[in-house]
This record gives sequence, C-alpha cells and structure tokens, in this order.
Amino acid sequence: MGDHKKILVLFAHPRLQASVVQNAMLKAIRDLDDVTVRDLYATYPDFLIDVDREQDLLLGHDLIVFQHPFYWYSSPAIIKEWQDLVLENGWAYGTGGTALNGKYLMNAISTGGNRDAYREAGRNRFPIEDLLRPFDQTAHLCGMAYLEPFIVYSGRHMDDGQLSGHAEKYRDLITGLRDGRVNPLKRLAEGHDLSPAFTAAHKGKRHVS
Amino acid sequence: MYLDQFLLGAFVYLAAAVIAAPIATRLGLGSVLGYLVAGIVIGPSIAGFIGGSQGESVMHFAEFGVIVMLFLVGLELQPSKLWELRMPILGLGGLQVAGVATAIGAAVLWLGADWKTALTVGLILALSSTAIVLQSMQERGLMKTSVGKSTFSVLLFQDISVIPMLALLPVLAVVTASDDHSNSLISNLPAWAQPLVVLGAVASIILAGRYLMRPLFRLVAATKIREIFVAFALLIVVGITLLMQQVGLSAALGTFLAGVVLAESEYRHELEMDLDPFKGLLLAVFFISVGAGIDFGLIGEKPMMLAALVVGFILVKLAVQFALAKLYGMASEDASRFAFLLAQGGEFAFVLITFVTGLGLLGVDDAALLVAVVAVSMAFAPLLMLFDEKIIQARFASAGEQREADVIDETDAQVIIAGYGRFGMTVGRLLQANGFKSVVLDHDTEQIDVLRKFGYKLFYGDASRVDLLEAAGARDAKLLVVAVDDREKVNEIVNVAQKNFPHLRIFARAFDRVHAYELINARVEQQYREVFDASVQMAEDALVALGRHPYEAHRAALLFKAHDKDLLIQAAAVTGDREAMVDIARKGRAEINNVLDSDRSGRKISSETAWQAEDRPDA
Repeated sequence: MGDHKKILVLFAHPRLQASVVQNAMLKAIRDLDDVTVRDLYATYPDFLIDVDREQDLLLGHDLIVFQHPFYWYSSPAIIKEWQDLVLENGWAYGTGGTALNGKYLMNAISTGGNRDAYREAGRNRFPIEDLLRPFDQTAHLCGMAYLEPFIVYSGRHMDDGQLSGHAEKYRDLITGLRDGRVNPLKRLAEGHDLSPAFTAAHKGKRHVS
Repeated sequence: MYLDQFLLGAFVYLAAAVIAAPIATRLGLGSVLGYLVAGIVIGPSIAGFIGGSQGESVMHFAEFGVIVMLFLVGLELQPSKLWELRMPILGLGGLQVAGVATAIGAAVLWLGADWKTALTVGLILALSSTAIVLQSMQERGLMKTSVGKSTFSVLLFQDISVIPMLALLPVLAVVTASDDHSNSLISNLPAWAQPLVVLGAVASIILAGRYLMRPLFRLVAATKIREIFVAFALLIVVGITLLMQQVGLSAALGTFLAGVVLAESEYRHELEMDLDPFKGLLLAVFFISVGAGIDFGLIGEKPMMLAALVVGFILVKLAVQFALAKLYGMASEDASRFAFLLAQGGEFAFVLITFVTGLGLLGVDDAALLVAVVAVSMAFAPLLMLFDEKIIQARFASAGEQREADVIDETDAQVIIAGYGRFGMTVGRLLQANGFKSVVLDHDTEQIDVLRKFGYKLFYGDASRVDLLEAAGARDAKLLVVAVDDREKVNEIVNVAQKNFPHLRIFARAFDRVHAYELINARVEQQYREVFDASVQMAEDALVALGRHPYEAHRAALLFKAHDKDLLIQAAAVTGDREAMVDIARKGRAEINNVLDSDRSGRKISSETAWQAEDRPDA
C-alpha cells in the first residue's frame, strides 16, 4: 500500500451547463474527502488568477489533476493562463524552483471525437498521448511525474448507462490514487521520462521516513 | 474723496452681505431674506449707514444685476428644453399666474384701488420665489417627483413671464403718466417710425446673436485671456442695455432675448460661469437696497394691517393653487404640497415693485407696504412648507389617500427589483436578456407610466412595505435587488427584507463608500457603489489613451478593483474609528502600488519572467 495522497482537481469548462460528460465526472468526485475541486472559470471569471493562493494550494496537495474538455488538442484557455502565471520561474522551475518536485500531474479529459479519430490514420492524425506532450514536459520541467491521462472519448454519443460507467471509473481512479490503492508510478504516461528532480525528492522523503 | 465715499459704501454693503447671508442660510431662510434684513438694518430706519438718496442711486446701479440675471435666465432656456416642458409650463404655469393675478387683483380692487394698480399688484404677487422653492425642493428630494416637476414648470413660466410684464407694464403707465421716454433717441421721431426702430432693434439682437456672436466669441476665446472673455460677456449685456434704453424698450427684455439666442451656442457654460458672480453680487446689493428702502415708520404705524395683508395674500395663493392642482388631476396631498410650495412672493416682485414705482403705477407708501408683504411671506415660506409636510402630509398618509399599490400578478419571478431608474433598469434588462423575469417595484408614478408604454412590466408601490414585498413574491424569490436612488430608502428596504424574508439574498445599490460600509455592516451580501465601476472603466481607458497596452490596463483595473474591495471590507469593520480607517487607506495605497508594479514587471523575480519558460535548464 502506498501513501495517502491529497488531490487537487483544477477544473476548467467555460460552458459547464452544456457539458454532459464533464458534469457527470465533476459530480462523481466533487464531495470526496481530501480531494479539492477548484472550478477555475467560476473562481476567475476575469482570468485574474490569484497566484499566491494557487501556489499555496499546490503546496498543500500531492497530485494535481487538470480536468477539462479537450479543446483544439489542448485545454481551455484558462488552464494555459493558470500555467503561465502560477508556474513561476524560481518557484516551479529554474534556479531555486523546487516547490513542485516529487508531485504528480494528470489530465482528465473528454473528447468529442472517438478513439479511432486519434490515430495516425484518423482524422486527428495523432494519438492523444502525443498531443498531451506539452503537459508531460511541463511536469518534467517542474520535477513532477506525469501520469497516463484519464480519457472519455465520444462524449456526444453516449447513453446514460455509459455515462455513469465513465463517471464511476473516474471516481474509482481518483479514490484509488488518493488511498494508495493505485500506485501512480505504475501509471506513468507512455514515454514519460521521470525527471531527476522527482526521483531526488522521493529519495529524500524515504530517508526522512 | 469720491473714492473714499465709494469704498466706504462698498464696504458697508459687502459687510452686510457677508454677515447676513450665512446667518440666513443657516436659519433655513435663504440668502434673499438675509440680504433684505441686512438692508433694513443698515438702512435709514435703523442704523442709517446708507441714506435715502444714496440708497436710491445704488439701487439703480444694482438693477443692472437684475438685467444680468435675466440674461442668465435666457441662457438657461434652451429652446429644446422648453419645448419638452411646454405643456406643464404653458398650461399649469399660465393658469397659476393668471389665476393668482386675477384673485389678488380682485381683492385689491375690493380694497379700493383702481384697476391698473389692482392688475399690477396681482401680477407681481402671482410670482413665487424660485430661489426659496428650488432649494426647499432639493432639500426634500422632490425634484424628480411629479409634484416637483409641476412646481418647477410653474416657476419657469413665472420667470419667463417677468419679461412680458416688464415690457407691458409701461403700457399701463403710459395711459396715466406723461411721456417719460424723454431721454430716448426715438421720442423725436415721427410716430410711424418708432415701432419700426423698436422692431429693428429686436431683430438686430436676434440676428447678431445668431450670426455675429459666434465668430466674435471664437476670436475672443482664441486670445485665451480669461478676463477678456469676461469683459466681452459684460460688454454684450451692457451694450444691449444701452441699445434698449435708447429705443425705449425694457433692457431686461433685450438681454433676455440675447440670452435665449445664445442658449444653444457652445459658449453658454462659459458665459454662465463668467457672469454668475456679477449677477450674484449685484443682486445682493439690489436686495439690500430694497431692504434699506422699506419705510418702517409706515409699517410700525399699522402692524395689524400688514399682518392681515400677509395672511390674506398667502390664503388667496394657497386656495387658487390648490384648486388649480386639483383641476390638473393631482391627488390631494400632491395638490397641497404644490400649493404650499408656491405660497410666497418672489424676488422678482422686488424688481417689479421698484420698476412700477418708477413708472408711477404704485405710490411710494404702497410700494413699501408691498415689499414688506412679499418679504414677510418669504420669511414664512419655510415654516409653511414645514407645516404642510409635518401636519397635512401626515394626515393624508394616515387617511390612505395615496395611489394604491398595484396588484401584483407576476408571481413566478425569482428576482425582485426595487427601484427601476437608470440603475435598476440596467440590472433588469440584462436579467431579462438572459431569460430571467423579475418583479419590478417603483414608487415614481411618472416613471412607471412612461416605462409601461415601452412594454416594461412594473408595479407601483413602496418596496419597504412588508405586505408589498410579500405580494411581489418575496417568500419564493431568490434575490432582492435594491436599486432605489435614496440611501435612507435603501437601508429601510434592506432592513425590512432581512427581518421578514431571511432567506432572500440581497444585492444593494450603495450611494458612496460610506454607504457601502453601512451596507456591509448590515450584512448585505453585495453592495455596488453607483459610479465606481464606470470610473474604474474610465481610468482603464485613460491608461490606454496614455499609451499603456490595453491588456495591461485591463489587468491593472481588475487588480485595482479586487484590491479596493478588500480595503472596503477592512475599513467597514472599523467604521467610526477614524484613525484606523485612515491607516487602512494609507497602507492600502502603498499596497496597490506594489501590486500593480509587480504585475507589470513580473512578480517576485524582478525580470520579465512571467508568462515564459525561457530559463529552463534544457533551453
């Protein structure tokens, strides 16, 4: 059994009311203990992100989840703005930037297209894992481990049964990671290269405990 | 030696004005009365600082103040504004002057005067005191109500009617008195030519006002020397006065005309600003001389007669005005307010009394008595208004004769909006555009009638009444928007709603920062300072205009707003403790400077590293 983890879900959907899948996913994890859900569009309708507050929250959690629909092969704009502002040089990376070393990062996304669209021969030409590389590298630069994304494909063509199935699975994964039932290191994203800073941080921890 | 005398006289007048006006305003009597009393005190009847003949010559000089005033009245009367109010001005205003003049004229006839004197006195006493009434209405917040608008229209008509009175009263006099135009140029002309010259003079004023003044003003303004502009403005007024005197017309009429012609020009405000001090000062001197001219020997002999005349005058005015208001369909309490507001003589009466005495239409003794009647009625005006407010209005309120609150049939709305002026209406429109219906309550009948024509659904009623809020669906509604424009009323509504409908969320309009503190301390969920957002927006645009990048300026504005809200809440917690509030304000100012600086130059790390990851080890 691994450690108990605190999870921070940074949720971004600019039109939440129109989203079936994201709504269901959100409901499935909203009331869990030790899972902090932060609706970025609701918190910062003006995009005026409170950097100090966000950095404090990051320090208080072990696993960070970006939960969002997959827009233009990436996240909705506010997550990018959040990264631009919160992941400061000297804090998250660069000289003295060690605040996030040893933490985990994961995307939990929903797509309009089906799984087949995200293949070399498909409409979108690249597998999702490739399109998420910027997140992978962001984690790497910040000394974090980047986990295999949680993906719900073809959100628009789904019956209630399928929907609740996905929501259930998502909740399961989150609680599993929280309680140590799921070992994050066994769920590293394909092709992710653990950064030395991450490994060092964990060695340090082990020595302490 | 002449200079000495002149300066001494000026000193007495100025000292009297400076001492009397503040005392009178303090007592709520208005500065006009203060000047009159000051005049009485320094006049021959009491202190004797200024003698009779000297007083008279000063008065002639001061009459120029009246001329300047009429020029300014003309400037105020933009034709478009007049057109907007034409119905109440002509209708109610015309009837008020005609009605009161007739009633008082009849009374004066009955007292034994001839018809000319009766008509003159009637017309003079029909006027009310614009200065006193406007000030009282502002103090009582009546300006925007329908009574206030009616009263204002009547005052406007009265002010305008002074012009024809000045023009026509000499006609009455001509019938009795001998020709007093001996000094005018045209009295030597043949009879057929005189009207032509008069018409020509008026036409030349209008034409010059239209076509000549503007380029002249532009030239003068281009010099950028302020006193030249002032001199030019005075030159116009003095020039017209002289021209009018030469052709035997009323100078007041001429300047008034010039004022109206210039009312639509772009130099209106500058003219007003430049001439206003002259007007004020000269009028003060004028009123002081009127006061000095009152013969107290005469009045002291028959105080009972003066009292009877004042009471009779006020009663006649009240009766006629009340009847008129009812005729115009006002509710009784509004009619009463209207009648009481206008139940006094006005400052123009002094002008006209002086004028007609000069024409020989009124004996010197009668004139003194009339001045006393008007002055006393003005002194009692504030007391009478107080009487109406405290006793009569209170009785109407308990009798329940007010317009009944509407029956509210809109019950499925989640929002109640109290007050649907420029604030509440914007809230309501945005909600409606998003498909949310609201129940709208307002207590301005006119506003409601107008908006109903536009298809809005509003209900008449006072939102601080529990039963009305309940009828509006306060039990099931989610949100109460308090957007009335009276801070006391806002507090009252908030209080009633919190007490009776604790589940209701309340968003309230705050008049200013201090009012916002009050609302925060009353635990109102959201307060909106009514001009705050617009001013922040303006500052943001100003930053952009000064060269700041629009997005940076926008962020600065947002940061400023967020920061200001924090300060507001901190300061609200220590309201009353002045030092603590000053301290918070000072710290806050330093903080916001830091916040904005670092937002621009990047946080913590001094270089421009925000938004970029260039410094990464593998880059």
